Amino acid sequence: MKAGSKLERVLKAGHFAFTGEVGPPRGANVNSIREKLKHLKGNVDMVNVTDNQTAMVRMSSWAASIICIQEGVEPNFQMVCRDRNRIAMQADILGAYAHGIRNMLCLSGDHQMFGDHPQSKGVFDLDSMQLIMMVKKMRDEGKFLSGADIDVKPEIFIGAAANPFAEPFEWRVHRLAKKVAAGADFIQTQCVYNMPKIREWIRQANDMGLTEKVYILPGVTPMKSIGMAKYMQSKVPGMDVPDEIIKRLQGVDKKKVADEGIKIACEQIAEFKEMKGVAGVHLMPIEWEHMVPEIAERAGVLPRPEV
Amino acid sequence: MIVAERKPFDEIRNMVSNYKKVLTVGCGTCVAVCLAGGSKEVETLNAELNLAFKKDGIEFGAETLERQCDMEFLAELDNKVDQYDCLLSMACGAGIQFLAERFPNKPVLPAVNTSFIGVNLDVGWYEEKCRACGQCVLAMTGGVCPVTMCAKSLFNGPCGGTNKTSCEIHTDQPCAWFKIYERLSGQGRLAQIMTVSPPNDWSNQKPRKVIQPGYEERIKAMHS
Repeated sequence: MKAGSKLERVLKAGHFAFTGEVGPPRGANVNSIREKLKHLKGNVDMVNVTDNQTAMVRMSSWAASIICIQEGVEPNFQMVCRDRNRIAMQADILGAYAHGIRNMLCLSGDHQMFGDHPQSKGVFDLDSMQLIMMVKKMRDEGKFLSGADIDVKPEIFIGAAANPFAEPFEWRVHRLAKKVAAGADFIQTQCVYNMPKIREWIRQANDMGLTEKVYILPGVTPMKSIGMAKYMQSKVPGMDVPDEIIKRLQGVDKKKVADEGIKIACEQIAEFKEMKGVAGVHLMPIEWEHMVPEIAERAGVLPRPEV
Repeated sequence: MIVAERKPFDEIRNMVSNYKKVLTVGCGTCVAVCLAGGSKEVETLNAELNLAFKKDGIEFGAETLERQCDMEFLAELDNKVDQYDCLLSMACGAGIQFLAERFPNKPVLPAVNTSFIGVNLDVGWYEEKCRACGQCVLAMTGGVCPVTMCAKSLFNGPCGGTNKTSCEIHTDQPCAWFKIYERLSGQGRLAQIMTVSPPNDWSNQKPRKVIQPGYEERIKAMHS
């Protein structure tokens, strides 16, 4: 065991992992996050806690992660490179570990121009790859990036993101290989809608032996509406939504669109369960946390294993 | 070259409005090439200022030096500045500061905003190319600067925001790492970016100095 987090134990035991996500509030509203967690508890193995996503100021991800622990839900502390230099990053990693946080997801972060403080100075002292390397060094060598010794090293299960779709597609698997080489233990991907492409990407990862070194959890986000599908197709960078998805949603009765979205998500999960090289699924129900119990039920991933 | 833009006229007007005799100082190098602060721009600015302050009786003199980033050329003003109560520099930020250092008793005001180190795309059209990070990686990245051209200055890009060859910040902004991939792929040099680039040395955030080889002794002697 590298960190002994619940996620690590689930994966190590060979179970198909099922992880969720929660966005901290735009304020100090602790109840709102507790409310969201009620729907996730027991239905997922771990919850990603986003770090000022889309560069909008929110409660800090480590603080919201601690609230998760208080509520009995294992957090995946997300850390972006946009807002902290290497000093602050290492300090927050130590603080997070001290409070019982055992998983981290290392990300670049959306550019600050998208958020509510576009005048801010983007830090990007390290990039996501270098952040992964740094956490690994802290954990495995017990050393700060500078080389100095750490007094009680942070044992963190290291996560990274992957976008299997962006052009040039042939480069994607090599970038995954770089993240594995940097020290990623698990990968959560961008929301998947293009199944042929992810099949091909996973096949390449299998061929390169990467899936033996890293646990891959494709991202699944059920479409709530046709508008959402169109928005994701045209407006969200790095997203690949095939026309067939939109056509399928358009093909059902207006009242059944959301249900059809869940159906598509469940079909994806069913396929991922059987896909060689896939270790689980990361469910990102954007502001739809209350639907997680139903989605988990319909996807046949309940009950979650006790490990 | 260093690219600059003239400040909005109202801002310049407010800065000089409390003085009686102002010397507008142009610079004949970078800012002249990028049409921001050479002798022509000094002339244009003074014409506008003369018009604006006609009633107030403020006088504007004009001088354009070869370079304001060199004391040798700044010395040409030694006998002239006493006639003025303020200097309005159209040089880049380096030149403005060196002018202020040469004449520490005179208020020195900036008439331009220094923008970046860049190239000429067309007449009057410039693009940033270098952030002067002091750790050039262009050999590794196929001649495309990840510090300048990537909105996040990533050394192991592209990030998840790469968007059909564009950057997530705008469709008009190419993704630097797409360009790097394309360039290296075309040259059969992708192996260059297959390994992880370690954290960069950003310790450039203090004023830096460069001494070219062969000049060390001379500079040592000057300071002893």
